[in-house]
Amino acid sequence: MTRARRLRLRVFRTIVLVLGGAFFLVPIGAMFEFSTRGNHVGAPRTLDAWTTIVTYPDLLGAIRDSLGLAAITSVAMVVLLLPTMIWVRLRLPRLKRTIEFLCLLPLTIPAIVLVVGLSPVYRWMAINLVDTIFLLSFAYVILVLPFAYRALDAGLSAIDVKTLSEAARSLGAGWGTVMFRVIAPNMSSALLNACLLSVALVLGEFTFANLLSYLNLQVEIFQLGLANAGTSIAVSVASLMFAFILLVILAFFGRVRARVAPERAGLPFPGAAGGGLR
Amino acid sequence: MIATGNPDVKTARRPREGGRRFPLHWIGAFPFLLYVGLFLLLPTVIVIVGAFAGKDGPTLSNITELNQEFVLNAFVASLLVSTASAVVGAVAGALLAYAVATGNPRGVLRRVVTSACGVLAQFGGVTLAFAFIATIGSVGFVTLWLQDRGLNIYAHGVWLTELPGLVLVYTYFQIPLMVLVFLPALDGIRPQWREATESLGGGTWHYWRYVAGPLLAPAFLGATLLLFANAFSAYATAAALISQGNPIVPIAISNFLTSETGRANPGLAQALALGMVVIVAIVMTTYALLQRRTSRWLR
Repeated sequence: MTRARRLRLRVFRTIVLVLGGAFFLVPIGAMFEFSTRGNHVGAPRTLDAWTTIVTYPDLLGAIRDSLGLAAITSVAMVVLLLPTMIWVRLRLPRLKRTIEFLCLLPLTIPAIVLVVGLSPVYRWMAINLVDTIFLLSFAYVILVLPFAYRALDAGLSAIDVKTLSEAARSLGAGWGTVMFRVIAPNMSSALLNACLLSVALVLGEFTFANLLSYLNLQVEIFQLGLANAGTSIAVSVASLMFAFILLVILAFFGRVRARVAPERAGLPFPGAAGGGLR
Repeated sequence: MIATGNPDVKTARRPREGGRRFPLHWIGAFPFLLYVGLFLLLPTVIVIVGAFAGKDGPTLSNITELNQEFVLNAFVASLLVSTASAVVGAVAGALLAYAVATGNPRGVLRRVVTSACGVLAQFGGVTLAFAFIATIGSVGFVTLWLQDRGLNIYAHGVWLTELPGLVLVYTYFQIPLMVLVFLPALDGIRPQWREATESLGGGTWHYWRYVAGPLLAPAFLGATLLLFANAFSAYATAAALISQGNPIVPIAISNFLTSETGRANPGLAQALALGMVVIVAIVMTTYALLQRRTSRWLR
């Protein structure tokens, strides 16, 4: 490489990285700035917007509901997906492609389309079963399927499922023991990954809740934004930080996992189209 | 290894598991298939069937109703926003990816950028819309900062809540997605190819025009299509940001779905949704074809 070219490359890289960094960091910084503004021009910085969060009972309720939804969705996802994936690996390898296709399908179907199709189903459930916000978990499990599938698939590929299960079976273990006491503990970081992703997705979900008329955290933030911009942005920052922390933990554990199975290291979520969150 | 000496020797065939009975181990996959059937496939079928269903029997009226000015406008607006944000995101993302790819492959910078992109590519919805309102809304941080220096970015009206604003906000998750998708393609470029170009007397221009460009083109186009589908499917960000005047398709659908506006029309919502599915399906199929072509050279 000639010296002139190396210099050109260096200038190019610096400019691109600085501009990129500014584009991505300024909006997040601006949210902090906005949420600590005083009431009028020239007023000193204040944390009023943050302290008033607790004075909105609807908001606190929505936070509770969203955390509940996140917990239910994570548990339901694991209970539904993990045994199926292990079973397919051991007994039904023919079905692997089908399961993978079905799990990745929500990436390509726009969330808004799913809502249109689900709204009659939800109307039926609200009338004939119970009408509670936690019904949203049914849809959220579908929403997190692609991400959970990738995480769990990476975990299952990193261990020898067949040997583990045969060893356990030959010692007299039932299938329940094999799945939840033998295989699951061996892929705990993959399970954690799948659950953290589910939590992050559910906490950020707006489309389903808004259009099926349930008040989750994001819908409540949106409505609060019409009345009190400062507080709604403060809550946004808080929820964002929470999701970022979850995803940073995930990135950390993702690297640990990548060391076990280097061929799986690749992208965290290639092909993230579909826009569940967006 | 089984000896394959005499093909005429007939061995007893191993009895097939379960014989002709219904194979029991299929039951293991049943709960999952039932669940996905109910909450993923059934809604899809409802959309497709609903688009062709009227009060009394099958009809094409929902589809023909798509041929209205404001519906067509919504599709045009959606296609414009998605194309613009995909192109801007792809170009900026490719530049960022190149800046990262030319650095140390095991360096801190690369790890930080890819991790950040993994997080930011998932960022969206109300929070993202609010972040931009806090930044360049009419009283946003950057807006005020520029105003103090005599620059008014809203001299011709507040464009943040219009389509150009939507394009800007979408690039916030498009660029990181592009970096994630395009970086592996850039990693596939070997320095030897450049050296080979130089030893044949080619310069930087020749290298990009005749070697790297054609090699990267399918990957770049494919990634752009993925970004297009990504923006085309997005709803939450637009719902939180955009003013009522000029809806894109997802917002038009939500208007027909919820009766708040007084013109609830589930049939038309389903027809619009079907339109979206068709467009996304075309785009994603092309993407898959381009991916196959990409993997021929870059792996």
